[in-house]
Amino acid sequence: MKFGVVVFPGTWSDRDCGQVIEQVLGAEVRFLWHKDRDLQGCDCVILPGGFSYGDHLRCGALARFSPVMESVVTFAEHGGLVWGICNGFQVLCETGLLPGALIRNDVCEFRCEPVHLFVERADLIYTANLDRGAVLEVPISHGEGNYFADAATLSQIEQNGQVVFRYCQPDGLVVPAANPNGSLHNIAGIVNEAGNVLGMMPHPERCAEAELGGEDGLKLFNSVLDSMREVLVAS
Amino acid sequence: MTAVSKKKLREVALSEEEYKRVVELLDRQPNDVELGMIGVLWSEHCSYKTSRPLLRRLPSSGSRVLQGPGENAGAIDVGEGWAAVFKIESHNHPSAIEPYQGAATGVGGILRDVAAMGARPVAVLDSLRFGPLPESRRLFDGVVSGIGGYGNCVGVPTVGGEVYFEPAYAGNPIVNAMCLGLVPAARLRKARAEGVGNLLLLAGADTGRDGIHGASFASLELDDSSEERRPAVQVGNPFLEKCLIEALQELAESTAVIGIQDLGAAGLTSAVAEAASKAGSGALVDVAEVPRREQGMSPYEVMLSESQERMLLIVKRGRQAEVQKVLERWDLHSAVIGMVTGDGHLDVVEGREQVARLPVDVLTSLCPTRTLEAKPPDHSRYRLDLTEIREEPADPPATLLRLLAHPNLCSRRPILRQYDHMVGNATVVRPGGDAAMIRINGTQLGIAMTTDGSGRYCELDPYLGAQIAIAEAARNIAATGARPVAITDCLNFGSPDKPDVYWQLEETISGMANACRALDLPIVSGNVSLYNDTDGRSIYPTPVIGMVGVIDDYSKRLEAGFKEDGDFVLLVGVTANDLGGSHYLEVEHGVFAGRPPEVDLLQERAVLEFILATAAAGLLRSAHDVAEGGMLVALAECCLLSEKGMRGPPLSTGGDLRFDALLFGETQGRFVVSLPSRSMPEIQNLARKHRIEIQMLGMTGGDQLEFEGQFKVSLEEMKRAHQGGLG
Repeated sequence: MKFGVVVFPGTWSDRDCGQVIEQVLGAEVRFLWHKDRDLQGCDCVILPGGFSYGDHLRCGALARFSPVMESVVTFAEHGGLVWGICNGFQVLCETGLLPGALIRNDVCEFRCEPVHLFVERADLIYTANLDRGAVLEVPISHGEGNYFADAATLSQIEQNGQVVFRYCQPDGLVVPAANPNGSLHNIAGIVNEAGNVLGMMPHPERCAEAELGGEDGLKLFNSVLDSMREVLVAS
Repeated sequence: MTAVSKKKLREVALSEEEYKRVVELLDRQPNDVELGMIGVLWSEHCSYKTSRPLLRRLPSSGSRVLQGPGENAGAIDVGEGWAAVFKIESHNHPSAIEPYQGAATGVGGILRDVAAMGARPVAVLDSLRFGPLPESRRLFDGVVSGIGGYGNCVGVPTVGGEVYFEPAYAGNPIVNAMCLGLVPAARLRKARAEGVGNLLLLAGADTGRDGIHGASFASLELDDSSEERRPAVQVGNPFLEKCLIEALQELAESTAVIGIQDLGAAGLTSAVAEAASKAGSGALVDVAEVPRREQGMSPYEVMLSESQERMLLIVKRGRQAEVQKVLERWDLHSAVIGMVTGDGHLDVVEGREQVARLPVDVLTSLCPTRTLEAKPPDHSRYRLDLTEIREEPADPPATLLRLLAHPNLCSRRPILRQYDHMVGNATVVRPGGDAAMIRINGTQLGIAMTTDGSGRYCELDPYLGAQIAIAEAARNIAATGARPVAITDCLNFGSPDKPDVYWQLEETISGMANACRALDLPIVSGNVSLYNDTDGRSIYPTPVIGMVGVIDDYSKRLEAGFKEDGDFVLLVGVTANDLGGSHYLEVEHGVFAGRPPEVDLLQERAVLEFILATAAAGLLRSAHDVAEGGMLVALAECCLLSEKGMRGPPLSTGGDLRFDALLFGETQGRFVVSLPSRSMPEIQNLARKHRIEIQMLGMTGGDQLEFEGQFKVSLEEMKRAHQGGLG
C-alpha cells in the first residue's frame, strides 16, 4: 500500500500528511511533484492542504491545469483513490471530479479550530473503520471552506448519499450553530458517486496523534490502509 | 555644505552634522545615489546609531549560544544537534499606515531573516499594542488578518502572542513579529560575502519601486504627512515567500551557497553592504542586471527599493547553474547581479557606467553613534497613596468579571482562531495559555516560546517594567515545564531626541541587562523601533521580550488549565501589596498609577527552579503564571481553560497584606499550580529545599470558583465575561 502526496507550489500539508503516513501509520509515501505526470504506482493519491499557486484567481483554479492533475483525473476515472483535504477539496471541485464549489467563509475570516463531524457514510474505503453516526473531532484551517452548490446539484448530492461528513455539535446534532463557515447543509466532505474520490475541508492529518490533541483523523488513514490491504491481497 | 540642500538632506533623513561627517570620511561630496545609500544605512532603523551604545550593556553570550546579535537572526543549541534560530522585529510604522500589508510584510520579513540562516521557519508569534477599542478596530482587525494572512499562506503556524489596548498607542500601534526556525546546527548559514570572485545572486521577487525610503520613514515620527508615505509601505506575496523558503531548504546542504542575506529595510544597499562588511570584503553590483518589475527605474531606485520576498545568495563562482536550477524548479527568478571583491568598497555600476563607489565601512561600522541627553520624566501624576483606597473590593466576583472582560485580559480566541496555529504537526501546547510549545519531530525535544511586554509598568518605571517583562516571560516558559534559555527583544520607544524618552530607553536596557544576568538569559537577536510618536506624543516605553525555552521530553510538558477533578490547587510564591499599575486599580478605582511590583531576581530564579524541578519530577498537573489581574484572574483562567471549577476555604490575609492585593495584586514570582494529593509530600520537600512558600488554595472540581462563605462565581458567568471582551 503506497500513498502519494501531491506537492503544488504553495502546498503546506504535504509534510504533515507525509509525517502521519510514514511515522504514525508506518506506510509508504511518495511525494508527487506538480510538474510530473508519473503517479509512481501509488494506491491512494492525496491532494493536501495549502495555498496551491497562492490561491491566485480562485482556490484550486490553477492547480487543475498542472501536469500531475492530468494523471490524477485519469487515475480517478479508473477508480483510483483520490483524497482531497482542504485546498485539495477545492482543487477537486475545480477539476470537476467533485460537484459544487468552496467559497469564502460566511464569517469572512480565516478559521483554525476543532470542529465535530457527523459521519454519514461508513461504507467507503475512507470510512470503513467507522460507524455511521459516529462523531469525529477534527480541526479546520481555511478561509474559503463554505460549501456551495446550486439547488439541483445539492439535491442530487443528497439523493445519491454523497455527503460523507457534516459539521455537527459534539453530541452529533447537525445544527446551524455547529457550522463554522456557512456550508450548505453543514457539508464538510463529499464523495463522488463511485465512492473513490473524497473531498473534505477538515484536516485529518492534524489529529492522528494524542500528543497533538486527538486521534480521530488517524481513523480515516487506517480505514484506507486496512481496506486497501484487503483489496491488494484479494487481487 | 554648499553642494546639498536641506530639502535633500531631509529626503534622505540625514542631519547636517552627519552630512559633514560623510564628506570627511569620503574626502569628497557624495553623489545623489551615494547620498541615498548612506542616508538609508545611517537611518536609525538600519544603523541603531542611538541605541547601539546602550545595547552593548545587554549580555549576549552563553553556553547554548551559537549565533549572537549581528546576523540575520540569533541561534541557540537546543540539543541533539538542533539549532533554534529566532528573532523579533517591529513593523509599527507601516502597520499604522496600512494595517494589513504592514503587518503581513512584518511577518514576511522575519520569516526571511530566519530562512536566511538556513533554518526552516516553524513558528510565528506576535506582540501587538493598539489604542482602545472600538476606535482602533480598523487597525486591530487589519493587523490581525495581515499576520494571519501571511503566516497561514506560507504554512508556518502562528503559535502565540499578546495584545494590549492603551490610549498611549492610539495612532501609533505596535506590531512586532517573532519567528523561530529549526536547522541542524552544523548547517547554520551566515550572511557572508566571502571569496573574491564569488557571485551575488539575487533570487525571488523582481524589483519594483515599492518601499523606497521605508527604513528612513521608520525613523521619523508619524504625522499628517505620513499618509503620503503610503508608497513606502510594501506589499507582500506570501506565496512567493513560501517558494523561496522551500528552495532555500533544498539548497540547505549545497556547498555552492557560501552565504545568504535577506533583503529587508534598505533593500539591496543594506544586504550587499552587510554581507561584505561581515566578510571584510567588498562587492560590485551592476544594477542593469537586477530583474525589474517596472521600467525606467534609476540606479538609485534599484539600490533602495524594499520590494519584498527577495534574497541575496553568495554563490561560488562557476556553480551558479546548479543553484539556479533549484530556484527554477520553484519557478523563482534569479540573476547574477554582481560579485565579491577584495578592496573593501561597494561599487555600483550600471552596465559600463560607475554609479557609486563607497567604502563598505562608511556604510556600516563608521556610522556615527549618538549619545543623547537623558532626563527622568515628571512622574507626579502617577503618585499613588494606597491608604486612600479601601482595602476590600466591594464585590469580588463582580470585579473579577470586569477584569475577565477587560480587553487586555479577556479571551484571545477571536484572534487565535484566525491564525493557523497547527500546521506542521508540531504544536504540542497551543496558544491561549502561558507559552506555546512545538516539538521537534523525530525527537522528544520541545521548544517553548512566548512574547511578553509591559508598556504599562515601563511607563511607571522603565527599569522595573523591563525586569518584569523578562521575569514574566521566564515564568510563562517555565509554566510549560521548559527551561528558559534565551531571548530576542524588540525595543519600542518614542523619539529618543526627547530627554525623557532617552532616559526611558537607558533605564529599560539597564533593567533588562540586570534581569538577563540574574536569570542567565542571553539576548541573541533583536530590533529597536524608535520614533513611535504621534503628533509629538510618545507611546509607553515598550520592550517586548521574545523568550525561548527547552524541555528535553515534551511528554512532561504542562499546560495552564486544570486537568483533573479533586486535585489540590496551590499558590506558589509570596504575595505583597503590589497594586501599583495594576489592572485592578484601573477597573475598580479608575486609577493608573503607582510603582510597579518589585522584582526580587534571586527569588524569581528560585521559584523558576522550583517549578522546573516539580514539573520534571512529574508532580504537577498544571501550572500557570500569576500576572495581570492577579491571583483571582489566574485561577479563573485555569478554570476557563479546563471548564473545571475550584473550591477552597475562605481566603485570609496575614500581617499587613491587603485583601485587594491578595485577590488582584500583581506581585511577581508567583504561580498557581494543581497537583494530585499524592504529590503533596514531595512538593513540600522541594518547596523547603528551594525556600519557596506554597499556600493551599483549594481543590479542583464543580462548576464555580468558590471560596466558602466568602464569595463564588460560576464558570458560565466567567466564560461569558471572558469571551466577549474583544467585542
